[in-house]
Amino acid sequence: MQLFQYHRPTDIKEALSLFQKNEGAQYIAGATNLLDLMKKNITTPAHLIDINRLPLRNITSDAAGLTIGALALNSDVAEHETVVSEYQLISQALLQGASPQLRNMATVGGNLLQRTRCPYFYDTAFPCNKRTPNSGCGAKDGMNRGAAIFGASEACVATHPSDLCVALAALDAQVIVQSGKGERRIAFSDFHRLPGDTPEQDTVLQRGELITGVFVPANPFQRFAHYLKIRDRASYAFALVSVAVAYRVDNNEVIQDARIALGGVAHKPWRASEAEAFLKGKNNTEAVFRQAAALALISAKPLKHNAFKVKMAENAIIHALNNTI
Amino acid sequence: MKNNTLANKDNRVDGVAKVTGAAKYTAEYQFPNLVHGVLVGSTIAKGKIKSIDTKAAEKSAGVVAVITHKNGDKIYGLKKAKRAQTLDLGLRIFHAKDIHFSGQPVALVVAERLEQAQHAASLIQVKYETEPHTTEFSANMASARPTTIPWVSDLKRGDDGAWEKAPVKIVQEYTTPVEVHNPMEMHATIAIWESDDKLTVYDKNHAVQDVRDTIAKALDLKKDQIQVNSEFIGGGFGSGLRVWPHTFAAIIAAKILKKPVKIAVTRPQMFTMTGYRPATWQKMSLGATEDGKLVGIRHEAIGQTSEYEEFAEGVTGITKMLYACPNLLTKYQVLPLTVSTPIWMRAPGETPGSFALETAMDELAHALKMDPVQLRKVNYADKNPEDGKPWSSNHLMECLQGGVKQFNWKPGYVEPGSVQKGDWYVGRGMAVGSWAAWRAPATALARLDSEGNLLLQSATSDMGPGTVTTMVKIASEVTGIVPSKIKFELGKSNLPPSPGQGGSVTVASVGSAVYEACEELKQKLITIAAGMDKNSYKEAKPDELFFVNNKIAIRNRPDSLIKLAEVFDHEKIKEVEVVKASKSAEGSDKYAFFTFAAHFAEVQVHRLTGVVRVTRFTSVVDAGKIINPKTATSQISGAVVMGIGMALTEELHFDHAHGRPVGADFAGYHIPVNLDIPADIQVVFINQPDPYLNKMGAKGLGEIGLIGAAAAIGNAVFNATGKRFRSVPLTPDKLL
Ligand SMILES: Cc1cc2nc3c(=O)[nH]c(=O)nc-3n(C[C@H](O)[C@H](O)[C@H](O)COP(=O)(O)OP(=O)(O)OC[C@H]3O[C@@H](n4cnc5c(N)ncnc54)[C@H](O)[C@@H]3O)c2cc1C
Repeated sequence: MQLFQYHRPTDIKEALSLFQKNEGAQYIAGATNLLDLMKKNITTPAHLIDINRLPLRNITSDAAGLTIGALALNSDVAEHETVVSEYQLISQALLQGASPQLRNMATVGGNLLQRTRCPYFYDTAFPCNKRTPNSGCGAKDGMNRGAAIFGASEACVATHPSDLCVALAALDAQVIVQSGKGERRIAFSDFHRLPGDTPEQDTVLQRGELITGVFVPANPFQRFAHYLKIRDRASYAFALVSVAVAYRVDNNEVIQDARIALGGVAHKPWRASEAEAFLKGKNNTEAVFRQAAALALISAKPLKHNAFKVKMAENAIIHALNNTI
Repeated sequence: MKNNTLANKDNRVDGVAKVTGAAKYTAEYQFPNLVHGVLVGSTIAKGKIKSIDTKAAEKSAGVVAVITHKNGDKIYGLKKAKRAQTLDLGLRIFHAKDIHFSGQPVALVVAERLEQAQHAASLIQVKYETEPHTTEFSANMASARPTTIPWVSDLKRGDDGAWEKAPVKIVQEYTTPVEVHNPMEMHATIAIWESDDKLTVYDKNHAVQDVRDTIAKALDLKKDQIQVNSEFIGGGFGSGLRVWPHTFAAIIAAKILKKPVKIAVTRPQMFTMTGYRPATWQKMSLGATEDGKLVGIRHEAIGQTSEYEEFAEGVTGITKMLYACPNLLTKYQVLPLTVSTPIWMRAPGETPGSFALETAMDELAHALKMDPVQLRKVNYADKNPEDGKPWSSNHLMECLQGGVKQFNWKPGYVEPGSVQKGDWYVGRGMAVGSWAAWRAPATALARLDSEGNLLLQSATSDMGPGTVTTMVKIASEVTGIVPSKIKFELGKSNLPPSPGQGGSVTVASVGSAVYEACEELKQKLITIAAGMDKNSYKEAKPDELFFVNNKIAIRNRPDSLIKLAEVFDHEKIKEVEVVKASKSAEGSDKYAFFTFAAHFAEVQVHRLTGVVRVTRFTSVVDAGKIINPKTATSQISGAVVMGIGMALTEELHFDHAHGRPVGADFAGYHIPVNLDIPADIQVVFINQPDPYLNKMGAKGLGEIGLIGAAAAIGNAVFNATGKRFRSVPLTPDKLL
């Protein structure tokens, strides 16, 4: 670990200006990801701005939707009454992530910004464009079992590891961000990037921008929603593939408004828009789900060791949709 | 043995110390002036160090030394090059520019604080000249060669082509991956030079005297100039059976710096610096009659080793002895790869071997549409087929019967894929296992003071099975002294000789020494008391002697009660001491000593996601007399968890372009968590004493719970799905 200076602001303005003033600054919240990266010299901030004293822990809801403070703990969100009853995808996704101990430390803002779990990123003996731009991608032709099947580039085949983000993507959430210039809201589907030639950038956040919260619009999916995660062991592992599905049916039992988001398959949570469109106007039966799932994977581009993800994701969609009925 | 009626008699005597933190593990020791070392591993697999820039590290805060091949080899007794080749010293570090595997230590940074050393280690710049490496097992099998290690031998019995002429044949290939021991406690060493030629080493290992002997050879010192301590061990599974490079690194640094040096291996380093279970390829050819009798077996195996050392294990061993089969050929070869040297990992050899043999047997049962339990019974060997010796004891049939009953295994053949529960296919599978019951020479000291406190010592280890607890129990049962007055000391190389803890030898060997020492102690007391003109002792037998706090007495002789202090005064001694060397198994020329087990698994496989859950598991074990049912049950259920790991989750992946493991940490290498194992792993012991191995009748049970466990699960997966898997682990991707 490199030496760093530690700051602990108590209001947002102070945090923003500390960031601007200090070259090599980085926010730190629950530290469950950042500290590991610092210990491995993957991230080497010169200034740590501890944001835990900022007033960003609230979880509130009204008719328009749910607002989760950036510092709300994963465990608190997962057990929040309104979240459990009206935004259950969020609760389900969180509870399948990490371990209770980690969820007690991890914040929502930090979860959005956690870095990939690609093993090539974590071992500094390997080349990795995300860690060290222009060093190459070890995973592309290497042991790429965990790699992306959508949206990857020559430079990077890493996936985004978050479970929560898959649920948030399905629910069309917005990321609330603050900077010296004021507040802006970023649609969730625009928040994380595809790697392209600059895989070192995970999101569209500008330098110094602080996530203050996440807004999730009220949704009609209480009846039909399910988050499914498939992994190498039953708990405490990142997803090989995960999927959040949600839809409502009209009075004639016909599907409206379907949402399908996949995790573990791309550099960002992956919305299966064509499959969503296909479901609209159909009945919720396994036969229909199978067709939608096949459609969702039609443009997948697997690598040597991750071809299984195509079938796995397809089946995960079917299984998750089955679980709603 | 008598029954001890204390309610908590089987609880671990050191349990409270362990859960309260009072038990000290190697890396927890502190000494004045101690400095911390951090190893830097090579990033290439093969080649030479071209240059190594240590300047920035040396200037970094707190750094006291940077040791590399340029300055690290000064004190190695190994300067005599011949020794290096002839002794079992492993990788010689800080000695040459050559790189033999990715992760090989190339530098040691020593600093006043651990964090300073860690940081400075990141500043070391190494340039390499790379050479081609070979890490891919499957692509290089043609380079396999016979092993030179004599005790891993091939066997030919009868007509080795007989299997081919049999009416029913199974010919299949099986593979097992690199598995890594990953005990909870990571390896660590503290080296302290007490003087120029006297060394104390605190080292996580479970063979203190072997480690001492290796260090002595390497440094050209005498054994009594070296003290090796390893009192508490947070798991080992075989990884602590030899000296690893970090231990020599600490010794070298401590010598140069004249200060105690501590090196704690990191979790990622545990994947390359402290051994692992080698990958194997195996081919089984079975020939059988229509009613399932084995006619011939051919078992070929290849196991990986490193390029700088040879490691071999008995992969085909179980095939030589488990089933009655007149015709057999086994062939084992090693495949050197550009990797670090493997080491024994719990039930070495038999674990991959039983996976192949017992999966093949299941394939045979399926081909015959036969109950796999019945197939095992049909092929039961009533003496050891390998050497014709009668079994000292063999309750495999009872294990099978017991399992059928406990697991509720309905006799008969069950069509694969025929049972479904919602989205889950349900299947059952079984397998059997066997492991040699060894007894090695071991010595124990027993010392009794006038207060009736009994101290026992032996240089054995307790890497987790509860050895201390078991030894106290054995001594208590022989002497009748309450466990709270008995202390067992171990884990120090200057204690009476003992084998390292491996191969399930400890209870049978050290337990025998303790047993015999306690008997002799009692005899000694009787002799002394008899010499005091105490008539009641004249004809007394050790069995009749008992202890009441600080007094002894002879059963049914009220006049015999006498204070120990008086007995000792008579001899002008303060305590009675016995040192008893117990021999290895008598009658090993007459009998074949083995433990046996039958495993039964029920699994569910999800029809869409490929997820496998083990819903039930029963192990029935013949390990002779069970000394401590509680710790014994923990041993077997722990081994079953390891079997589940082997079957479902554990594999070290490699990047062959870089010749380096990928995901070498707990995020990438998946050890089963609670949710992966059934809530209730049922362990049943036959609990019949072996009449010949030792006086206790105990056969040892560290390994047996694992042997066949993974095959039982794989067989259950086949039964659930109709898909046969011949390589583990069965991660969901393979089952889709
Ligand atoms: C062993 C382990 C297993 C895990 N398993 C899972 C899993 O299965 N599924 C899953 O989804 N996650 C998993 N996680 C990841 C975990 O959820 C994240 O580490 C956690 O959510 C990050 O939150 P944090 O508050 O600790 O972030 P930190 O580590 O403090 O920060 C992470 C990053 O976010 C930035 N940051 C934090 N807050 C803000 C903010 N408000 N504004 C701007 N930047 C900010 C930091 O600068 C840093 O770059 C696992 C983590 C571990 C260690």
